[in-house]
Amino acid sequence: MWKDLGMDLEKHDEFLAPVPEVYGKLFMAQENRPKGMGYFDFVVGDIHGIRVKELVDHKANGGKVVASFCVFVPDEIITAAGGVSIGLCAGAQFPVPTGEQVLPRNLCPLIKSSVGFKLDRICPYFQVADFVVGETTCDGKKKAWEILDEFIPTHVMELPQRRAEADKALWMEEIRRFKEKMEKESGVAITAQKLAASIKIANEKRAALQRLYNCRKADPAPISGKDVLLISELAFFDDPKRFTQQVNALCDELETRIVRGEGIAEKGAPRILITGSPMPIPSWKLHAIIEGSGAVVVCEETCTGTRYFETTVREDGATLDEQLAAISERALNINCACYTPNNGRIEDILRLVKEYNADGVVYYNLAFCQPYSIEYRKVEKALQEAGIPVIKIESDFSEEDTGQLQTRIEAFLEMLDK
Amino acid sequence: MIYAGIDVGSVAAKAVILSNGKILSRVIQPTGWSPGEAGKAVFEAALAEAKITRQDVTRIVGTGYGRVALDFLDRAVTEITCHALGANYFFPANNLVIDIGGQDSKAILINKDGKVLNFIMNDKCAAGTGRFIQVIAMTLGLELDRLKELPPAKPATINSMCTVFAESEVVSLLTQNVPKERIVSGLYRSIARRTAAMAASLGSVRGVTFTGGVARIPGMQEALSDALGCPVNVPDNPQIIGALGAAILAKND
Ligand code: SF4
Ligand code: SF4
Repeated sequence: MWKDLGMDLEKHDEFLAPVPEVYGKLFMAQENRPKGMGYFDFVVGDIHGIRVKELVDHKANGGKVVASFCVFVPDEIITAAGGVSIGLCAGAQFPVPTGEQVLPRNLCPLIKSSVGFKLDRICPYFQVADFVVGETTCDGKKKAWEILDEFIPTHVMELPQRRAEADKALWMEEIRRFKEKMEKESGVAITAQKLAASIKIANEKRAALQRLYNCRKADPAPISGKDVLLISELAFFDDPKRFTQQVNALCDELETRIVRGEGIAEKGAPRILITGSPMPIPSWKLHAIIEGSGAVVVCEETCTGTRYFETTVREDGATLDEQLAAISERALNINCACYTPNNGRIEDILRLVKEYNADGVVYYNLAFCQPYSIEYRKVEKALQEAGIPVIKIESDFSEEDTGQLQTRIEAFLEMLDK
Repeated sequence: MIYAGIDVGSVAAKAVILSNGKILSRVIQPTGWSPGEAGKAVFEAALAEAKITRQDVTRIVGTGYGRVALDFLDRAVTEITCHALGANYFFPANNLVIDIGGQDSKAILINKDGKVLNFIMNDKCAAGTGRFIQVIAMTLGLELDRLKELPPAKPATINSMCTVFAESEVVSLLTQNVPKERIVSGLYRSIARRTAAMAASLGSVRGVTFTGGVARIPGMQEALSDALGCPVNVPDNPQIIGALGAAILAKND
């Protein structure tokens, strides 16, 4: 199977070699960890095994595998055409130097990592994918797709940057164009019935994640931020139905923990909300530092957090047109920094700080990620006015700055005076 | 009751013994290759100087990057919290602390009790730190301690804040026969401007306390006061402020 996928096995093994140790230290060693994490540990432990095999089999049965990197890409349409949607990870330092062979160095590490994964041929999900769906959410991605297309066919959806009528019409057209693309690639006609079913699947997954996040509102938090981040990351490529079921099973356990007042951290431990750039698997650094310093991460206002599941697709569309319109609406309700203006994000952060009872906000900025770094000024001002402490952390996927970040985070926690 | 604070930085280890709010002793030693050993040694030296024993000390707080290497502490706290408290001890009216250490520089906004309200630190690189000055001093063929003796001079222009590029800029100034004192004062000015820009994002300043090893250099004090547009206060021994803050924290705990 590996040969057929065209993998560079030597490099692949080199890339994965440190994972078990890191994973053991960060995740398995946590005290009083919920049992329901077992499934997710299994998925990570076998990250390049069973799920890849499922995809290979899916393709052998004539199905399509479609890769993407953003919460705006509509899974629903992929599923309705009998395809499998894979949100690829791009949170590792390992492939970054390779990415830099075709991309400028002063570019967001997420983009360099993702392109590097393809060039290095170390990601089986990338290798098994029929094509990639990119979006024009930032200039870096927009231009990188042109380069990625040299290595794997890349379909680009143009996301508008405002939310006026003309922008809505543009995105609606892009959704329609993507539906046609999917139908052509798969040879399957997307019907209202199929789309209704796939909308339901996606919404149920979102609902399960919302339920999981609701559990984190309790004090003591019944689950660590690291574990929830991991689950959010896995949400992008696990089988959606199985994943939903497992998240719900975990929530059953967490809800009884809450009743019993059981937690992963001590009651009264400082509660942190993270906001900013996405944290694709395996970028666990910031969570590890925060939780290693005695605080607990209770919410992520990121694409690997609330932005992924808080907005759902209306299920009342009867015709295909109404359903596509509902799907298109969803994207425009997500408060990503690629939009201008984007005041909704500030409202979201203020609301989430209240809902999750956060003591402070860590603003995470991937190096060279302009939309989030520029938006900081407004977010900082709003938080300061509301009397909520905030710190901006700019970093990438490397480990070089761990010591520095440790000092900053600790000093921030000391400042919270809990 | 007697309290101790130990600050193990990248260049020097410092210890302060505090009794009834008075400094009994303070000692500074080079960190060397072992932060753990240096922390222990400086603590023992401070005990000896205060003519007390380990048993007389109620609580010990450690800080600085080497704090994790000290196994005899009651508590480890970041330099940011400690510098704030230490600076506040000497100049309670000031609300901004600028600390330039061997590896990093920070601006800390504090309240009247020395509690941190906000802070900002330099990034990964050495720009604007003691290390930066050291590299340039080496290029100029000067010992770090001799820098202080150079007469004030009109600053030469140094554009780059990157250690590597600034070094080559300095070399080219030397080949143009620009006097060393002018290069050095240009260096101070560029560090001061960068630091002031960093501090500006923290809000309005009532008064500034300048701490850390670099604060001992008079030319640097002047340049910083120029760049900030207000006077800066330098405690008697700016290097021990972190250790002092740690000792104060030991008492407050
Ligand atoms: S997305 Fe990451 S973890 Fe997943 S297969 Fe690719 S490289 Fe491995
Ligand atoms: S993190 Fe920022 S720069 Fe990177 S892809 Fe996302 S929006 Fe673009």
